Amino acid sequence: MAIQSSNAPNPYPHRHLLTCERLTEGEINAILDIADNAADQSRRFDKKRDLLRGRTLINLFFESSTRTQSSFELAAKRLGADVMNMNVSTSSVTKGETLIDTAITLNAMRPDIIVVRHHAAGAVELLSQKVDCSVINAGDGAHQHPTQALLDALTIRRAKGRIAGLIVAICGDILHSRVARSNIDVLNRLGAQVRIIAPSTLLPAAPERLGAQVFTDMWKGIEGADVVMMLRLQRERMEGSYVPSSREFFHFFGLDHEKLARAKPDAVIMHPGPMNRGVEIASTIADHSRSVIREQVEMGVAVRMAVLEVLARNLPRDDDAMPDEQKPAPAVKR
Amino acid sequence: MNGREPHSGKKPLAFINARLIDPDSKRDEPGGLLVRDGLIADLGPHLRRNAPPGVEVVDCKGHVLCPGLIDAQVFAGEPGAEHRETLKTASHAAAAGGVTTIVVMPDTNPVIDQVALVDFIQRRARDNASVHVHTMAALTKGLLGEEMTEIGLLKRAGAVAFSNGKSSIANTRVMKNVLLYSKDFGALVVHHTEDPYLSANGAMNSGEVASRLGLPGVSKTAETIVLERDVRLVEMTGGRYHAATITCAESLDVVRGAKKRKLPVTCGVSINHLTLNENDIGPYRTFFKVRPPLRREEDRVAMIRGIASGDIDIIVSSHDPQDADVKRRPFAEAADGAVGLETLLPAALRLHHSGELSLMVLLKAMTSNPAKLLGLHSGRLAKGAIADIILVDLGEPWVVNKDSLRSRSKNSPFDEAKMQGRVLRTLVAGDTVYQYAGVERT
Repeated sequence: MAIQSSNAPNPYPHRHLLTCERLTEGEINAILDIADNAADQSRRFDKKRDLLRGRTLINLFFESSTRTQSSFELAAKRLGADVMNMNVSTSSVTKGETLIDTAITLNAMRPDIIVVRHHAAGAVELLSQKVDCSVINAGDGAHQHPTQALLDALTIRRAKGRIAGLIVAICGDILHSRVARSNIDVLNRLGAQVRIIAPSTLLPAAPERLGAQVFTDMWKGIEGADVVMMLRLQRERMEGSYVPSSREFFHFFGLDHEKLARAKPDAVIMHPGPMNRGVEIASTIADHSRSVIREQVEMGVAVRMAVLEVLARNLPRDDDAMPDEQKPAPAVKR
Repeated sequence: MNGREPHSGKKPLAFINARLIDPDSKRDEPGGLLVRDGLIADLGPHLRRNAPPGVEVVDCKGHVLCPGLIDAQVFAGEPGAEHRETLKTASHAAAAGGVTTIVVMPDTNPVIDQVALVDFIQRRARDNASVHVHTMAALTKGLLGEEMTEIGLLKRAGAVAFSNGKSSIANTRVMKNVLLYSKDFGALVVHHTEDPYLSANGAMNSGEVASRLGLPGVSKTAETIVLERDVRLVEMTGGRYHAATITCAESLDVVRGAKKRKLPVTCGVSINHLTLNENDIGPYRTFFKVRPPLRREEDRVAMIRGIASGDIDIIVSSHDPQDADVKRRPFAEAADGAVGLETLLPAALRLHHSGELSLMVLLKAMTSNPAKLLGLHSGRLAKGAIADIILVDLGEPWVVNKDSLRSRSKNSPFDEAKMQGRVLRTLVAGDTVYQYAGVERT
């Protein structure tokens, strides 16, 4: 279906962005390079381009999200697309429609790109098989969150000038984290040395097989790190089932000045947000001069613009498609 | 930290003409021992007859001088049940029984599941107890088996191990997570192995005696099913695990298998299950109602074999004071538990006198083994070690009289039992905390 555009180099020759597992170093770097330009564009007064003019993007969020959804919306609008936000709480999903029926229904409305977040791992891939447009995974369960990993890589690259050879310590709830999984994939591909730090109850099975060094002692895991990436710990997970209390978690796994002193003196501090101040990160650290948490948000928009741009290059165009009235209705695959 | 610290300023004390027994170094020989500033300054055959000048000399008359006992399972009643026992009365009972370190269980009111309560026990022990007191903190909040406690912070506060007290954690997922989480902190998980559904309402060992007495039984399966589950979880998580008190040959097989597979699994047995059996209950004697219940004679013999082979690591008193109000009831309604601090050593000596177990093996299970399990530096006779030592007359015959027991509660299954051997003197950090004054009863 996806017909390559003949007049532009195609750094990402795929219809969807679903996972970081299969991204190549070249693809990642190309997206980051485009995102660098997009960041410049976003800093101008006139932020708008017309690359996606006439295109429709649907934000389909089955899980509530503030920053990712608005980030995609802004990115698409800055590229000239029409954006529709599907609010799941008022949609037919709550009336019992299956995920596949939702996909078929949306597909009939002929969107060009659908951005999907879903609480179940694999749901976005399943949906992508049932539509004719491009699909971007904005987070599926504890599986993947590709644009987060790309924006983190861009933030690190801009803060440190490089990624290869850096020690990146990812700390917190690895077990439930799609951010950690995507980051491990991207950072490894770019040559960083990734560490994961968590109590054993918040590590998935066989953690050493994920491509990271595993630490259950944060003081050791953070030693010499260039980047310290804290993950959010959800409140319901710190009341005795995975960790005993937020107090104990902060004591042993929260980022405070004492632990940060073990990292490199110029280490940068990251957090995908939203933060629990005093649970995984001390309030003064979140606002530290070495914190790049706000840059992460800015780079989020830039990276999403870049992802939309590379996917748009693969979208079919009117001049290479047959006349519309001869075109069959979108094939329904069940 | 835990009540008694070595201190200087006292006149050194020399024990001469003693039989030194130290399971840690496998020493069993005539000799002497010098205590200075709360520590063992010197020991060996060269001190057998001659003490250095300027010291107070104790002639041991050939009696046994060995490390003080470490009792890893004591239910002390404080806070919340001070009418049954306080840390002070428990420590007096311990001192009289030759026990120089007790580990108190979290089954108190409130439950010891918070850092402040560990601090409380340590402060109370420091001010009132004559022996070392360590805390076994709760594994789950309120001992409810649902949410894990602050294992990291509790360990830092001084908890030596973690237990769910007298109840098993029925939820497999919770048990898995506490083992996983404890592993990160090197914390020891001590578990009472009893399936709460299988043992519900049970009053004694399931079998012929229970059937004849018309009492609901607690099967051995209730114990082994939890133990086998736990071993699987240890295999999965790598957490350090100790089965608190096993009672039957089947459980011993499970532990032996786990040890063969090099899993970090250990187990204990209570003195009651080594020296008594279900027949002792006779006509509904509630002082023999303990949990887990007394089993059959074959099981008692199996427990002895387990100690001899080293598959059972430690012996505990499982000291559990209960007052007359809760004991003088119909058997099924009476409280479980027996006091045992003062009779732990004399009862154990029965096994020595009967030839069932050697003195060295018995003492090892009550000194160096619990010390290693709990990470304590006591439990041995060595230069520089803390002077927690006891002088024991192996031969002295006596009869237990529950009214002479120092424990505030008198629920001893050994009341009126004939014993051979008793503690003559107990030193904790070099201080004499108990000294036998001769025949004390009429």
